Amino acid sequence: MSKKINIKDTLINNGIVLLLAVLVVYVSINVPAFRSFANLKNLAINAAPRVIVALGVSGCLITKGTDLSAGRMVGLAGCLAGIMLQKPDAPGKIWPNFPQLNVFLVLLICMAVCSVFGLINGIVVAYLNVPAFIGTLGMQMIVYGIALVVTNAVPIGGYRADFTTVTQGNVAGIPFLFIYLVIAAAIIWFVYNYTRHGKYMYAIGGNESAAEVSGVNVKKTKIIIYVTAACLYAIAGFLFSGKSGGASVNLGMSYELEAIAACTIGGVSVNGGIGRVSGVIIGVAVFELLKSSLQFLGVNTNYQFIAQGIVIVVAIALDIRKYIAKK
Amino acid sequence: MAEYRLEMHGISKSFPGVKALDNVNLSVRPGTVHALMGENGAGKSTLMKCLFGIYKMDEGEVLVDGQKMNISNPDEALHHGLAMVHQELQPVPDRTIAENMYLGRYPLKSYGPLKVIDHKTMNEETVKWLENVKMPFDPKRKLGELSISQMQSVEIAKAVSQDARLIILDEPTSSLTENEVEALFSIVRDLKSRGVSFVYISHKMAEIRQIADDITIMRDGTYVGSWNMNDISDNEIVKQMVGRELTNVYPPLDNEPGEILMEVKGYTSISDRSFQDCSFKLRRGEILGFGGLVGAQRTELMEAVFGIRHIKSGEIFLNGKQISIKCPHDAIKNGIGMITEDRRGTGILGCLSIADNVSIASLDNYLEAGVKLNTKKIEELVQDNVGKLSIKTPSSKELIRNLSGGNQQKVIISRWLANNPDVLIMDEPTRGIDVGAKYEIYQIMIELAKQGKGIIMISSEMPELLGVSNRIMVMCNKRITGELSGEEATQENVMKYATQF
Repeated sequence: MSKKINIKDTLINNGIVLLLAVLVVYVSINVPAFRSFANLKNLAINAAPRVIVALGVSGCLITKGTDLSAGRMVGLAGCLAGIMLQKPDAPGKIWPNFPQLNVFLVLLICMAVCSVFGLINGIVVAYLNVPAFIGTLGMQMIVYGIALVVTNAVPIGGYRADFTTVTQGNVAGIPFLFIYLVIAAAIIWFVYNYTRHGKYMYAIGGNESAAEVSGVNVKKTKIIIYVTAACLYAIAGFLFSGKSGGASVNLGMSYELEAIAACTIGGVSVNGGIGRVSGVIIGVAVFELLKSSLQFLGVNTNYQFIAQGIVIVVAIALDIRKYIAKK
Repeated sequence: MAEYRLEMHGISKSFPGVKALDNVNLSVRPGTVHALMGENGAGKSTLMKCLFGIYKMDEGEVLVDGQKMNISNPDEALHHGLAMVHQELQPVPDRTIAENMYLGRYPLKSYGPLKVIDHKTMNEETVKWLENVKMPFDPKRKLGELSISQMQSVEIAKAVSQDARLIILDEPTSSLTENEVEALFSIVRDLKSRGVSFVYISHKMAEIRQIADDITIMRDGTYVGSWNMNDISDNEIVKQMVGRELTNVYPPLDNEPGEILMEVKGYTSISDRSFQDCSFKLRRGEILGFGGLVGAQRTELMEAVFGIRHIKSGEIFLNGKQISIKCPHDAIKNGIGMITEDRRGTGILGCLSIADNVSIASLDNYLEAGVKLNTKKIEELVQDNVGKLSIKTPSSKELIRNLSGGNQQKVIISRWLANNPDVLIMDEPTRGIDVGAKYEIYQIMIELAKQGKGIIMISSEMPELLGVSNRIMVMCNKRITGELSGEEATQENVMKYATQF
């Protein structure tokens, strides 16, 4: 009897993943191109920077926060990287007199800029006790505004070859993007599981008051989380920008929502305290598969948004259901 | 007119495993204040909840003005003229006084088919009722702008406006200043003279003397007796409240207190309503009990020592050296640990494993190269504690919320054993724990004392307080009122100091 209920619960709790698995199988059978190596590689390349964004958001979610400025920070970092790495003779070069810096130095600059915004997010959430939802919503608009000011809303293109190489190249058939993903995921996995910071993060998400009483420096931990997240968005923005060979202020728009949805699908609880790196990766993969499947089925892009929206709501409803069932 | 406004006869109520009320009686005369007294857990609140139909009584009958009543919810009780002003008020602070007075029963007026709230009538009526309790306030003021005592008066006015003839006041003065208490009493006296009866639940002897006409005493869920206040002395009241045999068994208290380890001087809360000018000393190897009745501010004082709450003035010395504690982190760095009263709220990390729960306060000791945690060593620590405290669990990976209360408490104790503080504050360490686990926790406490640590135990259970403390500080009404040790540490003496104000 109890086993039957368990099977039912398992089915419901993993409903989204199972449903998408069915969809993927269906599409694979009916549209052979979908299961081609080229498409899978394409999927991996698309997913890689999104996983990096989702990893950043996951820390905020685990501590019962969120980060709605993620997408706009991706956009700002992408634009900044693009501006700094335009060819000297690119038409309409935005900063004509900017020196030609090393591509990795540019990445570091982008990370530094975003980490300032992350620091502000962290201070607003930890010290001013502004709900993360509101604090980072404000930051979303601020960062977008800054991106508009910096770019003057002009699209950026004409990238240097080294920028294109580090973001679009591959070694032995493995795209660099995929390698970056593995490195980022490995570092975050280590932080979440083998460092004091990681343990503190889960403790804050599990019970913030209890964590504080146990001597956890809650404010410092939260600030580190928001700064780390911002650095990850900067990396993702850099990669997105280079990958597509151009950037505009609209880069990254609503990526935070995709990231939150992916995290939730992957088992990061919006009630805090629970979430694994593997889950985040699976969540993004599932979400990307959904998008790709719908494309291959020839579903109109507009309808794809409707489908994604439904998936987000259902995923969170199922997550909350798990939590309530355990009471 | 019936002789009694309210009669409760032979009320019994059981919860799974406990008999909370056993054949309890209460009779309140019209136009009097009837004190209801008893220790923590004597069953006063349960009795009132039975009266209001919040709990369904197993046996017994309730008569209001001589009529037998069958009350199944607070609304019905109000209909029969019974109202309760809760210990913790539950108003809507951001709405006006009038809206709070008429919450759920707003006067309406009609514009054709449309019914809208009649603000004019509501505000006028509110002014009338507020005058009744001598509160000349603008009914359009936000309730939240009033002080707690004024809100209480609004609650009383509300009860009277609903034609209540019996009002229950549950610890009404626990967070009031002296002037506010006086204001409350004048309202109570005035209403009394107009025939309203009160049941007055309080721990404060002096207040009871001032305001009450009759008294009923309860002990461990049973009815002890009722007296006219003129016929019973303070000492007799205390004796009747605690008059039980001490039968519980405690492990031998064979630890030996040494030199002074910690000293707290003149601790005064930033809030006037909390602890004032509290000083005490804790010795090495000593278990120092903190007794008192609920609301005496013992928890608040200890949470301030640990840095969870803030002080206006006061000093703390550890090993003769003055230290500064502004947050729990500071306290822990100085070697002070605390097991809080609210295990669920500030103790367990519910969705994390036992291993994480044990190690969280001592991760600093397990860093390799300043970064990586030595998970193997942490696991050893956890296994060590699970064994030593005989925590019953399938594995250290089990989530703490799946354990029983007693085992959860042992995990929290392990957290502090791992952290190895010099001073360990334990607030109600055995609350909600079965007898066997209680005994084990007492053993751990004595063992820690033998290792030279100083233990502070807040306990609201008299036998436990007397059974495992080397010395007892008693608090009442925000202050430390007594220090007892050896022969002096008796139930009567503790209760005497605990009801001093």
